[in-house]
Amino acid sequence: MKELDDQTATIRMYHVNKRYGSKNALFDISIEIFKNELLFISGPSGAGKSTLLKLLYLGEPVSEGQVLIDGMNLSRIPRKRIPFLRRKFGIIFQDYKLIPSKTVFENVSLVLETQGQKKRLIQKKVKSVLRTVGIEERLDSFPPSLSGGEQQRVAVARAIVGNPEIILADEPTGSLDSDSADTIIGLLKGFHQRGATVIIATHDKELIEKTGGRVIYLKQGKLQPPINL
Amino acid sequence: MTFFVKRAIRDIIGNRLLNAITIVIIALSIIIVSAFALVVVNTSDLIISWKKGIRIMAYLRPDVPNENLQSVEQEIKKMHGVQSVLYISKIQAMDLLKKEMKRHDSLLDGLSENPLPDALEIQMIPSSRNREEIEMLATQIESIPLIEEVEYGRRWLGRFANIINLFKLAGYALGGLFFMAAVFIVANTIRLLLYSRQEEIEIMRLVGATDRFIKAPFYIEGLIQGALGGMIGIFSLFLIFIFICSNIEQTSSFGLFHIRFLPFDVIAGIVIGSMFVGWFGCYLSLNQFLKS
Ligand SMILES: Nc1ncnc2c1ncn2[C@@H]1O[C@H](COP(=O)(O)OP(=O)(O)OP(=O)(O)O)[C@@H](O)[C@H]1O
Ligand SMILES: [Mg+2]
Repeated sequence: MKELDDQTATIRMYHVNKRYGSKNALFDISIEIFKNELLFISGPSGAGKSTLLKLLYLGEPVSEGQVLIDGMNLSRIPRKRIPFLRRKFGIIFQDYKLIPSKTVFENVSLVLETQGQKKRLIQKKVKSVLRTVGIEERLDSFPPSLSGGEQQRVAVARAIVGNPEIILADEPTGSLDSDSADTIIGLLKGFHQRGATVIIATHDKELIEKTGGRVIYLKQGKLQPPINL
Repeated sequence: MTFFVKRAIRDIIGNRLLNAITIVIIALSIIIVSAFALVVVNTSDLIISWKKGIRIMAYLRPDVPNENLQSVEQEIKKMHGVQSVLYISKIQAMDLLKKEMKRHDSLLDGLSENPLPDALEIQMIPSSRNREEIEMLATQIESIPLIEEVEYGRRWLGRFANIINLFKLAGYALGGLFFMAAVFIVANTIRLLLYSRQEEIEIMRLVGATDRFIKAPFYIEGLIQGALGGMIGIFSLFLIFIFICSNIEQTSSFGLFHIRFLPFDVIAGIVIGSMFVGWFGCYLSLNQFLKS
């Protein structure tokens, strides 16, 4: 375990509630996540893991409470600044969220294009990252023609291609065999070692044990007291 | 920039039917609006050429003595707005008439006596070539006892000017109407496109795309639709114009008056206006769509 106390919190949540309609998805969540931390969010299906991640990148607004990222209060962020908040994150979505009408290459390069990077550089970076996740031969394929595991690897590539400060990974190994899963987790750990904050939502206890890092548990939207594995 | 243009072109090709319909409708609006412009341009030409040829014919009573003629001429010359006075004797008038009738002048040979009157042709100074001053001058000349009749295109002038004004007005009204219709259609096309890409737009936003990044290709698409619609519209009108002209010139000669197509600056203006329609349609849809 790292010494966390003397590090600055990059993410803080204060008494956050999240409701979908009348349904409570998260209930009074207060946590701090530190810079360069590797954190697991665990808990059974429907516990609110994905919802918690969504609150961070403003995929959903909080119902009550505050979320601060690098000192910015998300409820006060002007609409125009939201894209720049999102560029802090590399997000692996649980449902991948690949654009079906764009090729693998285009899906990944999109991230760099939104940042206005040079075409030549984009080519290089995208090819390299696709090689890293082991999908470079499917460059020109469209996502619907890929297997679940292949799509997930594209999603991982897109999340890491922009060299984000914070990686949010929602079940990043859900559709992968154990070898591919190891590769992806190795990648995420590599990013963590190079200074990124990595937050992984998963219900895979084995994966957590294998990887190590702080774990928080959610159950029916409530934070559970820490359990030792 | 080229990146956005490429994306826009790919969008257009990907949504051929929708884009084709939009472009055709823009083109139709442009045809109708520029047809009015065409009429207005040509009638203004007509007025200008007519104004150049403005003159008053004053016909003298028969057998006016020569010295009286001189004084009448002097009197008219002193009137306001008169540039020159030219005497045309009835013999000269007959010669002119014969020349104009060319092969049919044998008809005139049968006349035992020249029925034409002596006349004065009065040219006006350019600044006075308007209806009010012509009418004033004409009545003034008519009041001279030795003048039997005064002729100028009075009915013509008044009515013609009114019709042209009416036409201009109708042109503006129709232009406005078709502008709104075209904007509405473009807005609708773009809205449909936006709905068909809702998922894609949502994902782009999640990975950090700004609204500007998302909007740019749609704006370019709107501009391309407008430009294509405008150019196709103008070109179609040009074809119609050539077709009509070739028919007119066979059936009758317009003489002095030469029909012409829209001048280049008007064409450029119409195409730019059409592009504005495309841009504005986009603007309306995008703003409404991206707010939600
Ligand atoms: N958009 C939504 N509208 C309504 N309810 C939602 C929405 N998204 C999530 N929920 C509900 O909120 C609760 C938490 O959902 P969430 O997706 O965060 O769970 P999770 O922990 O990620 O589950 P899983 O492990 O299955 O991915 C669930 O009960 C879910 O039904
Ligand atoms: Mg989930």
